[in-house]
Amino acid sequence: MKIHEYQGKELFRKFGVVTPRGFPAFSVDEAVEAARKLGGSVWVVKAQIHAGGRGKGGGVKVAKSLDEVRERAQKILGMKLVTHQTGPQGQTVRRLLIEEGADIAKELYIGMVLDRVTQRVTLMASAEGGVDIEEVAAKHPEKIHKVSIDPESGLKESEAGDVARKIGIPEGSVGQATKLLQSLYRCYYETDASLAEVNPLILTRSGDVIALDSKLNFDDNALFRHPDIAALRDLDEEDPLEIEASKHELSYISLDGNLGCMVNGAGLAMATMDTIKLYGGEPANFLDVGGGATTERVTAAFKIMLSNAKVKGILVNIFGGIMKCDTIATGIVAAAREVNLSVPLVVRMKGTNEDLGKQILKASGLPIISADNMAQAGERAVAAVKGVAR
Amino acid sequence: MSILIHRNSRVMTQGITGNTGQFHTRASREYANGRACYVAGVHPKRAGENFEGIPIFASVRDAREKTGASVSVIYVPPAGAAGAILEAVEADLDLVICITEGIPVRDMIDVRDKMKKQKRRTLLLGPNCPGVITPEELKIGIMPGHIHKKGRVGVVSRSGTLTYEAVAQLTELGIGQSSAVGIGGDPVNGLKHVDILKLFNEDPETDAVIMIGEIGGSDEETAARWVKENMKKPVVGFIAGVTAPAGKRMGHAGAIISGGKGTAQEKLAVMEECGIKVTRNPAEMGKLLKSVLK
Repeated sequence: MKIHEYQGKELFRKFGVVTPRGFPAFSVDEAVEAARKLGGSVWVVKAQIHAGGRGKGGGVKVAKSLDEVRERAQKILGMKLVTHQTGPQGQTVRRLLIEEGADIAKELYIGMVLDRVTQRVTLMASAEGGVDIEEVAAKHPEKIHKVSIDPESGLKESEAGDVARKIGIPEGSVGQATKLLQSLYRCYYETDASLAEVNPLILTRSGDVIALDSKLNFDDNALFRHPDIAALRDLDEEDPLEIEASKHELSYISLDGNLGCMVNGAGLAMATMDTIKLYGGEPANFLDVGGGATTERVTAAFKIMLSNAKVKGILVNIFGGIMKCDTIATGIVAAAREVNLSVPLVVRMKGTNEDLGKQILKASGLPIISADNMAQAGERAVAAVKGVAR
Repeated sequence: MSILIHRNSRVMTQGITGNTGQFHTRASREYANGRACYVAGVHPKRAGENFEGIPIFASVRDAREKTGASVSVIYVPPAGAAGAILEAVEADLDLVICITEGIPVRDMIDVRDKMKKQKRRTLLLGPNCPGVITPEELKIGIMPGHIHKKGRVGVVSRSGTLTYEAVAQLTELGIGQSSAVGIGGDPVNGLKHVDILKLFNEDPETDAVIMIGEIGGSDEETAARWVKENMKKPVVGFIAGVTAPAGKRMGHAGAIISGGKGTAQEKLAVMEECGIKVTRNPAEMGKLLKSVLK
C-alpha cells in the first residue's frame, strides 16, 4: 500500500526523522491558511499524488508571498499531473502539502528496501540526491553505498555514521544524520514498510540534516497489525476496478489490451497473458481468481473485466486440479447469464470431470468456445476478438 | 529415490484443526502411501485429541518424539505462521513445508535470520507454495495428485497452477515425474530454484528438469549460472510474465519488476546463455522437455 508524502512525513516525525514543518491542504483557502500558520516568507506548494516525478511534471512550486501561495495552489489543485509514473492520462491532484521553504546546501539520497538475495533490508545512500536514483544506479553503481541491516540489531550507529560520511555529510552534522538514518530504519521496521525513500535528503546551509521528501510503501500482508496505517489508504489514487476486485478477493490489474482473461493462480495468469500475446493478441488485464472459482467470484470477475470498455472477448483458463470442472462450468454459465455476456468467451478447463464440464458449457446454449489446452485457448480467443471466430 | 520426500517420510500437520489444514491433510492422506505417512497433528491446546485418527500433540517437539515424524506441513494462518515455522525448525525437523499465503515479509526476514544465526539444518520449503509431491509415493501440499505420474523428470516452480500445467503436459506425453516442487512466490523464502536443482542433480532417479520461473528477483539467473557450471542433466525452462508491465505486482508478493530488474526477457536471456533450453510458449513446456530426453 502507498501513502502520500505528507502522511509519510507525519510518520517520519513520530519516529524522529526530521522533516520541514508543513500542513496538508484540501482547498486553496486551506493552503493559504497553512502558509499563514507556518509563518516565514518562503513556502513550497506540493501536489500530493502517489506517483513520483511530481516536480518535473509541474506539481511542486515555490511561493514567496501568501498571494503566490494562493495562485500556486489554485493552479495545482485539480490539475491532471502527468509524470513518468502516472502514464499519459495523468493523476488528478486532490491534496496539497504546504511546507516552509528550505535552505538547501546539498541534496542527497537515502532509501531502504528488501534485498531478496541477502533476505535483509538494505540501506542505500548516495551523494547524488534529487535526481532519478535508478539512473544513478544504472550508470554509476559505485556512487550508491549499501548497508545490509541485521534484523536483530537494527541499523547500528557505526554503520549509519559511516554511510553518512560516505555521502559527504560534514563531520559536524554526522551525529544528526546518524540519528535520522537509525530513526528511518526503526520507522521502516516497526510499520512493516516495504519501501522507504527520502529523495532528496538535504543538508542545509546551517548544517541541519532534513528529509525534504518522503516515500513510504507498506507490506499489504502486514496491514492487519497496523490499522492506523491501513486508514491512510487513499482510494482516489487507485484504479476503481482494482478496488472492486480486492473486495471480492480477486487480484486484478488493468492493462492496455482488449482480451480479458480470468485465470486461477498468479503464475498461470501471467503465462496466459503471455500466450495471448504470443498468438498476436493483447491482454486487457491480469486477473487471478484464486483457489475457489465459485459462481459469485466468477460473476464478480466477469463484471469487473467487462466494465473495461476496451474488452472485446474473454479467455477463461482454469486449472481445476482439486476443483471439479463441472462445478467450474456451472459457475461460468451462471456468471455469463447474469452479466448478459455479449462478447466471445473462450474457456479452457483442466481437472476432474473435464468432459462433464464441457457438456455443461455446450448445453447452456451460450456461444462459448471450448479449448483443450492453453495454446488452443490463446489462438481461439485471439481469433474470436479479431472477428474471425471459428 | 526422489528428492525431499518419499514413501517412508513421516509427516505432521501444523494447523490441523483449521479447515484448510483438514481438507488438505485428508486429501494428502488418501494419495498413495499417505495413510502410513501422515502420523501427527499439532495444536497447543488440543493435545490428546485426534483428527480422523491422526493424533494431535501440543508441540512439534512432542509430535516428533512420539511419532518419529521429521517432516512438517504448515497451514497455520498468516499471523502465526512464522512462529510455526520457527517452532518446527527449533525442533530440528528435516523439512518444513509452509503452504500459508500472506505472511508479513518482516516475519520471514526474522525467521530466516534466526535459522541462519542458529545454524539450523532444517530445510524450509515456501511459504506461499503448493508443496512437494513424489508421484505414487507421497504428496505433501495442495496440488492435485491425480495429474502426476511416477517417472524420471524433476519439476521446480515458483507458482502453483503453472506447475500443475507443466506436470499435466508431461503426463499427457507419457513422461512421469521423480518429484515436483513448488518453492513459492514470496520474496523471502527457504529453498530456491538453485537448491532444488542441486538435489535433482544428485538424484539418480532424475534424468532431466523443468524449471519454471516468473518475473521478480534474480533466483532464476542464480540457478541458471549454477546449472552452467555444475548440472549434469538437461534443464529446460519457462518464465511467466513476458507481458507483465514494470512496477505492478502480479499476484505473488515477489512477482514484480522493480527498478528495471527481474524482467522475464532478462531471465530468459541468462538461462539461454547458460545452456538451458527455454520456450516462450507455456503450452510447450512438456514438448520442450521431451526434446531433450535421450
